[in-house]
Amino acid sequence: MKRKLPLAICFFMGISMMVQFFIPHPTSLNFGSMIYKWIIVLMAFALVLAIGNLIRHHGFKIQKGKEDWPYSIVTLTSMVAMAIIGLAWGIDPDSLYQSIYLNIMAPLGGTMFALLAYYMASAAYRAFRARSLEATLLLISAFVVMIGFMPFGQYIHPKFPAFAEWIMKVPNMASQRGILLGVAFGSIATALKIILGIERSWLGGKE
Amino acid sequence: MLILIIAALYQCLPLPSCLLLSIPSYRPPDKVTAVDRPNDSGSVIRLEWTLSPDDEAIDGYTILRRTTDDTVYTKIGSTIHGVASFEDEKAQDGVQYQYVIASTKNGEMVSSEPTALVTSYPQLFHTGRINVLLCIAAFALTLLYFVFKARTGQNLFIRKIAGLAAVDEAVGRATEMGKPILYVPGLGDIDWTATIASMNILGEVAKKIALYDSALIVPNRWSVTYTVSKEVVKEAFVSEGSPEKFKEEYVRYVTEAQFGFAAAITGIMMREKPATNFFIGRFWAESLIMAETGAQTGAFQIAGTDSVLQLPFFVTACDYTLIGEELYAASAYLSREPLLLGSLKAQDYGKLVVLLILFGFTVISFFGIDLLPILRVQ
Repeated sequence: MKRKLPLAICFFMGISMMVQFFIPHPTSLNFGSMIYKWIIVLMAFALVLAIGNLIRHHGFKIQKGKEDWPYSIVTLTSMVAMAIIGLAWGIDPDSLYQSIYLNIMAPLGGTMFALLAYYMASAAYRAFRARSLEATLLLISAFVVMIGFMPFGQYIHPKFPAFAEWIMKVPNMASQRGILLGVAFGSIATALKIILGIERSWLGGKE
Repeated sequence: MLILIIAALYQCLPLPSCLLLSIPSYRPPDKVTAVDRPNDSGSVIRLEWTLSPDDEAIDGYTILRRTTDDTVYTKIGSTIHGVASFEDEKAQDGVQYQYVIASTKNGEMVSSEPTALVTSYPQLFHTGRINVLLCIAAFALTLLYFVFKARTGQNLFIRKIAGLAAVDEAVGRATEMGKPILYVPGLGDIDWTATIASMNILGEVAKKIALYDSALIVPNRWSVTYTVSKEVVKEAFVSEGSPEKFKEEYVRYVTEAQFGFAAAITGIMMREKPATNFFIGRFWAESLIMAETGAQTGAFQIAGTDSVLQLPFFVTACDYTLIGEELYAASAYLSREPLLLGSLKAQDYGKLVVLLILFGFTVISFFGIDLLPILRVQ
């Protein structure tokens, strides 16, 4: 029963939503929007569990004095403080909540994003070491594309930018489409396998 | 000859449509048709007409409507000149309407002949999606065929996928080093197919971890993903007969903030030094931050995503990368279940058919025949 019930619910909901896609009748649309509302309710319940997990995990770290435990205090304090500020004074554009978000959270996110430039440099160094034929081809292609898209490229040869664009639009696009085609079929197959109960890894396997 | 001013219409004078207006200098639009818009949920009537011969000279067209109970036409909308269609989105289902289109210039109007009575109603089937239905049905039948074929015990050849073949090595390495395994199920919520595929792989990886008696860390960005991955890991431990080995701390909820999540993952890598990192699922700009940090800690890394833009970063920074469809094949490959392996064959045949269609359509287009509308989804 523990396995059959989730499988039955999955099958019913999967087929229902699939059928709903083909029926434009208001009853069908209402059913779809009702399901989306259910999802929001489920997400609210899941959020309670998730926050419980967060509190338990960091509370345990603080209690046991594990490595870098003061960071856990920062995490829990920030979470509680933001929740109180948001509930007490609202989340309007001029609110304290938004002010904290825009002046602390957003710059912190931007800082992490900015680090990407340095990671790209180190990744490029590793990728562009011409240790094999594939790596050499990658190096040459990247060099041509980078130079081609710079104003400097056309001074080397007038057709340099056009060649760089050809690399992006023909060989690069062909390989991307090949990958996307496989992804599309993989997505459909995965969805069908789960709906039809063929794929049961999410339930711990077939047994 | 009757000349009436449009103001009379706004004041709802009871005028027979054929006598509405007649200004000799501008001619009305012709062949006005009104039909229920197909494939919708009702309440919309689509109007089409042939432009007035004096289209360039007028300001535009005014759309007027009346019901069978009304004696007058009421303005419901207008278009600029050169436009020959309009959708009345305020119709009531089941009510009969009649329309006229009037050429309008400086507030004066010359009306067309009235349309036939028309009623809007909701449809029960979207005919513009028959192609999708047929394709799904054909693919589902192919999938079921190969699944049943696999059930008969027929051996199906599946090529070696290096990234998946290395999973045992990855888990074994972590066990030998006495360090945990980090499994990041992507940054997509559970409605991303890549996340669902990642959950399937997580189940198989968790079984091996239960078998090898290693430690696991599964950080999650979304609350629903957290609850699902927790259940998947727990079920995997139960199915391996070791429910007591599962620990609540294995699966963690972190944060919904994209770069906050990336910061947390890199922090886990630096503090807990996992021996093996899995990055399986949907990723965005943070992919390289995580993969590069993992590479710098010396972890053995296996990545898999269907995000084409992030694949080069993973290929560069990870030991193995599952590219696109390999992500969706992973569960079948790892579990070696005949039914799942059969579905991979269906995927391959599906791709073959699509490639043949693309090739055929390309050849046919050389003869000036465009078959693409057949494939278009409404």
